[in-house]
Amino acid sequence: MGQARGFLSRVLTLVAKDIRIEWRTRDSVVTMVVFGLIVLLTFGFAFDMAVVNVGAIAPGVLWAAIAFSSTLGLSRSFSMEKDRGAIEGLLLLPVDRSTIFLAKVAANLMYMGVAEVVLVPALVVLFNLSAAHLGSLLLVVLLGSVGFAGVGTLFSAIAIHSRAREVLLPVLLLPVTTPVVLACVKVTNSIFAGFSLDEVAHWLVLLVAFDVIFLALSALLFDYVIED
Amino acid sequence: MFNQNRWLYVLTGMTAVCMLVSIVLVFLVAPDAVNLATETERLVQRIFYFHVPGWWVGFLAFFVAAVAGLGYLVAGDDGWDMVELASVEIGLTFTTIGLITGSLWAKPTWNTWWTWEPRLTTAAVGWLLYVAYLTVRSGIDNRRRRQRLAAVFCIVAFVSVPVNFLAIRWWRTIHPAVIGVSSTGAVGGFTAGPTMLWIFLVCLLAFTMLYVVLLIVRVRGERLSRRMENLRHQLMR
Amino acid sequence: MIEVHDVHKSFGYRSVLRGVSLVVGPGETVALIGANGAGKSTLLHILSTLIQPDYGEVRIAGFDLARKPQEIRRRIGLIAHKTLLYDDLSVGQNLRFYGRMYGVPKPEVINRSLMERLGLWERRDELVRSLSRGFQQRAAIARALVHDPPILLLDEPDTGLDAHTIEILRALVLNDGARRRAVLMATHNVHRAAKWGRRVAVLADGRVTVGDSTDVCGSGDQERLFETGDVHGAG
Repeated sequence: MGQARGFLSRVLTLVAKDIRIEWRTRDSVVTMVVFGLIVLLTFGFAFDMAVVNVGAIAPGVLWAAIAFSSTLGLSRSFSMEKDRGAIEGLLLLPVDRSTIFLAKVAANLMYMGVAEVVLVPALVVLFNLSAAHLGSLLLVVLLGSVGFAGVGTLFSAIAIHSRAREVLLPVLLLPVTTPVVLACVKVTNSIFAGFSLDEVAHWLVLLVAFDVIFLALSALLFDYVIED
Repeated sequence: MFNQNRWLYVLTGMTAVCMLVSIVLVFLVAPDAVNLATETERLVQRIFYFHVPGWWVGFLAFFVAAVAGLGYLVAGDDGWDMVELASVEIGLTFTTIGLITGSLWAKPTWNTWWTWEPRLTTAAVGWLLYVAYLTVRSGIDNRRRRQRLAAVFCIVAFVSVPVNFLAIRWWRTIHPAVIGVSSTGAVGGFTAGPTMLWIFLVCLLAFTMLYVVLLIVRVRGERLSRRMENLRHQLMR
Repeated sequence: MIEVHDVHKSFGYRSVLRGVSLVVGPGETVALIGANGAGKSTLLHILSTLIQPDYGEVRIAGFDLARKPQEIRRRIGLIAHKTLLYDDLSVGQNLRFYGRMYGVPKPEVINRSLMERLGLWERRDELVRSLSRGFQQRAAIARALVHDPPILLLDEPDTGLDAHTIEILRALVLNDGARRRAVLMATHNVHRAAKWGRRVAVLADGRVTVGDSTDVCGSGDQERLFETGDVHGAG
């Protein structure tokens, strides 16, 4: 029990540290929000809103915005540490590397959450949707974000060593998270159309399975990525 | 060393023979598909004998690469890394061929170059993953780190393929799918008679042997090239 | 408390450490000297668990590096070229973070006393990025000592430090009374090495030879020393 409490306290300390730094600079979050809005608007221009059935494309547009903007935010996960040598400070600590990983994922999830709090209402407004079923929407956005954040944090730790740091992460992340995008779009579609979640239960199961498998896999493999 | 070479020659010889036999069988012996209408369709159907084994090798190569990646992370031996790299390269080649031959088959049969059919789409995503792997390798200068990070990506990428296939398959059905219901490939499909089946198996064998031979040759080449790099650096000091 | 036995390390084609053996006991300070690029940083990084050796045995505070790295991490402090601090946090916040992560009991008390000894207390709310290099290094020293490690590894701490700060560091490290720390300090300044410890280890050609500091540092022929590692040569 004491071990679990120690683990939790360490994760919280790490997350608090990240949030405190992000709060001061606000780099990641602002970029994600702005870019997400740009994607929404661009799709709005790309599809002639008067003609097209907005209800049909809105879920796709939302998840395109989330996918693209989150790759921007995720690619910065470790840049604050690598550039200042703080990563060695972390490695010197007597903590499991997976603890460091989970704390990063948690912090990234929070940044994504902030961006989504802006993007979802923006979508509802821009595409003139009904704002019902908020709870289900919250659930699918959470599950989808975990999918992105888990693998995204791992890949971000990989990408940071590459010369093509910023462009590499989307190339790695988007193909792997295809199931997440598919599932989330289907579920969101169903939510906007007013169906109950039972209709798309199998998609939710797939989403949960993806999250669990890839979070666990990433946590295990993180050791190999972060150590020298 | 000499012994190894002898086995490789034998294997290559057998592969060549097998391939030749396959080609002969496919074009001369295999019966026409019964339910296809036009002459073009019947001819093009024979691509199936090469296309599916090509796709199979693409998947096998990915699997071998992921296992090699795991081996590298556990053992740290360069050999695993070489097998991983070689397998990805060969797999990418076969997947490219698979996508192109698939397209060539699709046009006369479905009258479209591309369809969002599950296997095809999964192959396309798989192709992207292969290329992403090579992008990871090309961007990292530090040798050990490059090998380690590439291995990690290879493993994650491979695990994503079955999940991906499942998701895409569900995506493409009209009704919420129960696992096992397939609704694709209905148009232009054909039932494989017993002759077709064993010819297909021969082709499958030929392609698998081809993969193994290419893998061995590529790994050998990589091993030599790395040894040369090593020597060059030692001489320069 | 630091036991290194026949450690080898190569980077790609370059073999840096070729059988390094060294022992530093509790309460001992050993200066590690050698030419630039000789491998001092590499050795220290291995000892601080940041790099794995290719071959050889390392025991720190009795723990085997290969088997119990976490236990070792708890007991070592590293002062390196980079400060390992977060530029966007204040000194106090940095120390509080590291204190909590090391599981230091009552971190507030310890941090305050550390900061006061290093002249940082008045600057505790300033962001690290706005401090001068000298004060950044002092903060780095505080970070390394926050968990009171019995083993200190110093990687050329004198580069970029003014003389005053070096004296403060030396006082903290050497004269810390009851605390019998094992200290290994890498420097390429041979004369400074003499002031730090009785024994001097010379890293040359991938190997270490140990000698008495007065003998080694008084010899004057630094170049030959760094090339051959001959601590007993004519001086």
